Amino acid sequence: MSLHLGIELDGEGTHPEAWRRAAHTPDRLLTGRTVADRVAAAENAGFTFASFDDSLLPPGADGGPAGRIDAVNRAAFVAATTSTIGLVPVVGTTYAEPFHTSSQLATLDYASRGRGGWIAARDTDQRVAGALGRTEVTAPADVAREERDAIAVVRDLWDSWEDDAVIRDYATGRFVDRDRLHYIDFQGDAYSVKGPAIVPRPPQGQLVVFGFDGQTDPSEVDVVLVSGATAGDIADEAARAKDSGATLVFAELDVALGAATPAPSSGRLSFAGEATGLVDLLRALDSHVDGVRLHPAVVDEDLPVLARYVIPALLRAGVAHRPVPGSTLRSTLGLDRPVNRFRAERLEESSR
Amino acid sequence: MTDNSYARPGAQVHFGVFFHGVNHTTIWSDPTSGSQIDFETFRRVAHTAERGLFDAFFLGEGLRLREQEGKILDLDIVGRPDAITQLAALAGITRNIGLVATQNTTYNEPADLVRRLSGLDLLSGGRAGWNAVTTDNAWTGENFRRGGFLDHADRYERAGQFLDTARAIWDGWADDAVATSTEAPSWATAGSVQDVSRRTSQFDVTITPTLPRSAQGHPVIFQAGDSPAGRDFAAAHADVIFSRHGTHFDEAFAFAEDIRARLRRAGRPEDDVKILPGTQIVLAENASEVEDKVRWVLEGQYTGQTALSLVGQVWGRDLSDRDPDGPLPEFDPVPAPISGTRGAARDGKDPLAIAREWRALAEAQNLSLRQVAIATTQRSGFAGTPGQVADELTRWVRSGATDGFNVSPYLVPTGLDEIVDLLVPELQERGSYRTEYEGSTLREHLGLRPPLSRRELLPRQAVG
Ligand SMILES: Cc1cc2nc3c(=O)[nH]c(=O)nc-3n(C[C@H](O)[C@H](O)[C@H](O)COP(=O)(O)O)c2cc1C
Repeated sequence: MSLHLGIELDGEGTHPEAWRRAAHTPDRLLTGRTVADRVAAAENAGFTFASFDDSLLPPGADGGPAGRIDAVNRAAFVAATTSTIGLVPVVGTTYAEPFHTSSQLATLDYASRGRGGWIAARDTDQRVAGALGRTEVTAPADVAREERDAIAVVRDLWDSWEDDAVIRDYATGRFVDRDRLHYIDFQGDAYSVKGPAIVPRPPQGQLVVFGFDGQTDPSEVDVVLVSGATAGDIADEAARAKDSGATLVFAELDVALGAATPAPSSGRLSFAGEATGLVDLLRALDSHVDGVRLHPAVVDEDLPVLARYVIPALLRAGVAHRPVPGSTLRSTLGLDRPVNRFRAERLEESSR
Repeated sequence: MTDNSYARPGAQVHFGVFFHGVNHTTIWSDPTSGSQIDFETFRRVAHTAERGLFDAFFLGEGLRLREQEGKILDLDIVGRPDAITQLAALAGITRNIGLVATQNTTYNEPADLVRRLSGLDLLSGGRAGWNAVTTDNAWTGENFRRGGFLDHADRYERAGQFLDTARAIWDGWADDAVATSTEAPSWATAGSVQDVSRRTSQFDVTITPTLPRSAQGHPVIFQAGDSPAGRDFAAAHADVIFSRHGTHFDEAFAFAEDIRARLRRAGRPEDDVKILPGTQIVLAENASEVEDKVRWVLEGQYTGQTALSLVGQVWGRDLSDRDPDGPLPEFDPVPAPISGTRGAARDGKDPLAIAREWRALAEAQNLSLRQVAIATTQRSGFAGTPGQVADELTRWVRSGATDGFNVSPYLVPTGLDEIVDLLVPELQERGSYRTEYEGSTLREHLGLRPPLSRRELLPRQAVG
């Protein structure tokens, strides 16, 4: 089998004191240089994708980093300076405007030539509603509905331009074929969205959408992220997710390879120790999941060890593979470029 | 009005490039016209502008595809990227040029938009700008949760409150909030980040700012809007005005005088806001070539179909079966305010009055429908040899009509090349254009004072 490797690069790492062990002073965290250097290191190491956590609220309590540049901006900033690594920002599903979300992610996909992804994440902290002046969404069923609607609207907008909508027909003076642009006419319980998108269909057709196990309906996303306290729990959860329709299942894994003590429990599987131990764990996970997303305790300590020892060992063993330049994130993950749904409907209608 | 009433002998021309996106003035039918959406096109234009020492690369915004007669307009270039995301990608591959995003205040919330603008500002090392527009068609709202919720008159009310909130967020972090040593007691100094609470007619929010100040304090504020309310908004909040007045000198000068008066009334120095009108520049070797080229550009921009569509907007009906080289329609427009093209500039005006005006013009100058469309809607800007245009732009800037220009190339991505290769050197020879970037932030490029809200905290002489 083959394991896709991702790395979460938000902040200084999951350990509350990670900022003290960073390779730079605290005031250099929120700069383009730091973002670019880390993503370049992850790409050179052979990671399939880098993800960027986000929220409208400040990230750190207890004296850690209180600042965070939004995830789409960070992913876009490195889009044109990298060539193989997937770029996967978190964008919230509870309060954000799906129209903006769709345009931002489609633009990321253009700038990265098809390496964009999206972690669709619920906003559970009510202060997000307070910051945006929105009515709080609290009932679990309502939070789930907002997530379902957000994913549906974003996906429909990506398809609202067929691939060949730009025709440049000199004879009739038409730049686009308006029959290949579609209103999505979304009507939800809380809002409606007319469409079409302002951005033409992104290079991948649909970006790779990630959701969390136990929240998102596996059939609505491409990758389900599963957590569990032990490798056995992960294996069970992964099997369950596959049974309920998940295309790809990735395990969430905290790692502490540097001198740092492990971060406090996050509910994710956690590994602390030497590189060889992590290689063994990843090889064991390989038979249960399609990929792993690593959450380093201290980015600047763990990323070099991953790059120098862990990933080379997995590459040598044929467990992991370096993404090929020019490929999209979808093709790296073995996913097809989806047929545009409006085109599919149109073809079906005309063949009836 | 004389050219000397506001003379500024040493003034230099500032250039921005306005990458239009949706429009009919970029000639897409030319073989050299590239993709209007691929990143490579944007990279090419931004790098050319940076090679030409431009102050800024500028993206427009429109959050719904334009329609005419209930159908999506299919003649114009359609499709554009999200501005902030695209500029963040360009920030990664440029070093000096400013990156300005047009973003409206109606379909965004401060907590989110201000944060994304600050992110761009930090990633680019202080090169971000925000063209704050109010989006005057409610119809755009059908793409958003709120729907079309604001009247034209209320839009500047919200925009003003939006800007006040934005400034409070930007000022929410003390200059030295973030620790400069990993030994510090905490990452941010205790008490150095202030929550922002607003209960106004438009906002009921409590925001914890998440970003420090950038190398230029905060993004440079641009404004584009021409009504008295729009101009007052600029006098109260803006660093730069992206104006419509870039074609006729007297009109541009009068606009600048009006803005200077509004700035004085607002208690600001009269050169506190820079004025950069949108314009087009056509260059050729000699007079007869200039004439040919202007004709070629206009014919590319005003195809028969486009002329019929523009006139059809006023007449409120489909005219596509008429002859563009024939006369204006003999029948009258439908007597309703123009709403045929959602998102067109003439929304809300009286079509009968416009038709009367256009007929008089056609009669007086013996113009075809297409020629009327050109005469009434094109804002061509400047045409001439590089030397002639350099003289003219220098005159505009030195006599106080503008501070520079936001150039829209009529060909994308190659159209900026000749401006950078031919016109910029002529301007430099006249001493009216920089020969290198003097600073690294957009605020420095434009010669702006520190951000408005922070000035009172600075020593007086630094304010100027
Ligand atoms: C030169 C110029 C450029 C503009 N660009 C945009 C734009 O890209 N997107 C947008 O929504 N509005 C744009 N506007 C519209 C203005 O923000 C404003 O909504 C409109 O002009 C109505 O305001 P007013 O009555 O003050 O003119 C532009 C206006 C001007 C004058």
